[in-house]
Amino acid sequence: MKGFGTIVLVIAVLAAVPLVVHSNSALNFLVIMLLTALAGQGWNILGGYGGQYSFGHAAFFGTGAYVTAILQVRYGVNAWPGFALGTAAGALVGAVIGALTFRAGLRGSYFALVTLAFAEVLRILASVAPITGAGVGTLVKLDLHASALQFESRAAFYWVILALVAASLVIAHAIERSRFGAWLIAVRENEDAARALGVDAFKVKLGAMTISAAITAAAGCFYVQYFLFVDSGIAYGTRMSIEALLTPIIGGAGTVFGPLVGALVVKALGEGATFVAGDAPGLNLIVYGCVLVLVIAFAPRGLIGLFSWRRAPAGKREAAHG
Amino acid sequence: MAETLLAVEGVSRRFGGLLAVNGVSIAADQGRITGLIGPNGAGKTTLFGLISGFIAPNEGAIRYAGEHITRLPVHERARRGIARTFQIVQPFTGLTVRENIVVGAHLHHRSRMDARAAADVVGREVGLGGMLDRPAATLTVAGRKRLELARALATEPKLLLLDEVLAGLNPTEIREIVPVIRKLCDRGITIMMIEHVMQAVMSLSERIFVLAEGRVIAEGTPGEVAADRAVIEAYLGHGAAKKLGAQP
Repeated sequence: MKGFGTIVLVIAVLAAVPLVVHSNSALNFLVIMLLTALAGQGWNILGGYGGQYSFGHAAFFGTGAYVTAILQVRYGVNAWPGFALGTAAGALVGAVIGALTFRAGLRGSYFALVTLAFAEVLRILASVAPITGAGVGTLVKLDLHASALQFESRAAFYWVILALVAASLVIAHAIERSRFGAWLIAVRENEDAARALGVDAFKVKLGAMTISAAITAAAGCFYVQYFLFVDSGIAYGTRMSIEALLTPIIGGAGTVFGPLVGALVVKALGEGATFVAGDAPGLNLIVYGCVLVLVIAFAPRGLIGLFSWRRAPAGKREAAHG
Repeated sequence: MAETLLAVEGVSRRFGGLLAVNGVSIAADQGRITGLIGPNGAGKTTLFGLISGFIAPNEGAIRYAGEHITRLPVHERARRGIARTFQIVQPFTGLTVRENIVVGAHLHHRSRMDARAAADVVGREVGLGGMLDRPAATLTVAGRKRLELARALATEPKLLLLDEVLAGLNPTEIREIVPVIRKLCDRGITIMMIEHVMQAVMSLSERIFVLAEGRVIAEGTPGEVAADRAVIEAYLGHGAAKKLGAQP
């Protein structure tokens, strides 16, 4: 049931959507949903499979976004290599933060707090540094050509982000079936037991963080190409960090499709709430909060977990044999 | 005399004011079963932590297969063939029995197929053959002990450190698992076991070290240590040996 075939099927169905749906606002909704799913898939590699709960994935999203934007605006680099370099820069930031935190042996809530702190430091730096445009932000020039990775039609953007999501699903699937993945999950389940079995926990976590950061950074790069604007709040704000962790947790952390399902549910509910109650500020955060409470109470391993024993929660597991 | 695979030489480990392991020297001979016994709090599990690399010694050296491994990290020692089980079992509860064993098997098998095949063989060997697809969380205590053993075995160790694999098992379960351990030894795996189930450790071990309060107080064949005055006193209290002597 789960496997490469499912990924192909899901992506094929999603790819056909613009052939049926022509509404710009509907496509816009789907693009943002897929963007969130991509950022969430990044978090999922490290948090879902590796059990390292980052609260600072905005650090990678923002780095991808800024590097892509700055390279284009200030250095005249083409958007395509800019995209690749933005992703690579995000991966590098992930590797550096990972090396520092994992070398220091930070686990659990300490790791979460330190990653949050890194993202906040980057946000403050970006809000004052001249190269990022400081408080004004960076605006990318409108140039609606495929050569500039900008498109006139929403559908084209949709297919680009869908291709990125497809790639992230394939990566998650490949990790799940690899030795690296088995070791990563072992580290999540019990780091000491994993080490006793010859797993180099530091290297495994660092590898996961680098891949994770690269995927979330790619989401940041895409964001810039789509909205043509980035500032410190968008790039490094906690909102992105929260969305990146919320979607996989709601959908099912440590599953290939968890982030996609979570993003769909979260974004649909957010839109629904706006539709019903109007555009009240902070409304979507209230919705996220309610969904999170419900999921943790009734489906602690996410919506996908409702259909699998495997997703029994850590807490209940302990209780079952404690 | 068999070759020495593992030699712990004058190792000490302090936890704050407590000297948990105090100048301990022990050895495990190639292809034999060595027992490690002693009252609670004697430092046996700490010693396993030192050998497997989870705990760094304050003094002393550990040699394994002729090399100093005192400063090597845990995973590097596992790669060289030192595997341990945990006294408090540490299954990956979110995974199936097979997936648990696969993690160990991956140490020497890169491909998933090979690792799964190797895991199945090991699982059957320790008597978990019928439970490979079950969630590890559903295993009984005896099952979990077997799983600890299976995971360690899947790393294809040369030296296996067994920390109370018999504790918490009923007599039937012990009778089932003792031959499994003996078979591993026959296959050439050197075993060092911490055990409180005396009947088992006495029958399995060729050589026994007795630890009390962080020191080795006796060593020898099972028969020798059972008759040792210091051992009797360590277990039964000061003066016990004399009383036993007086009332045979």
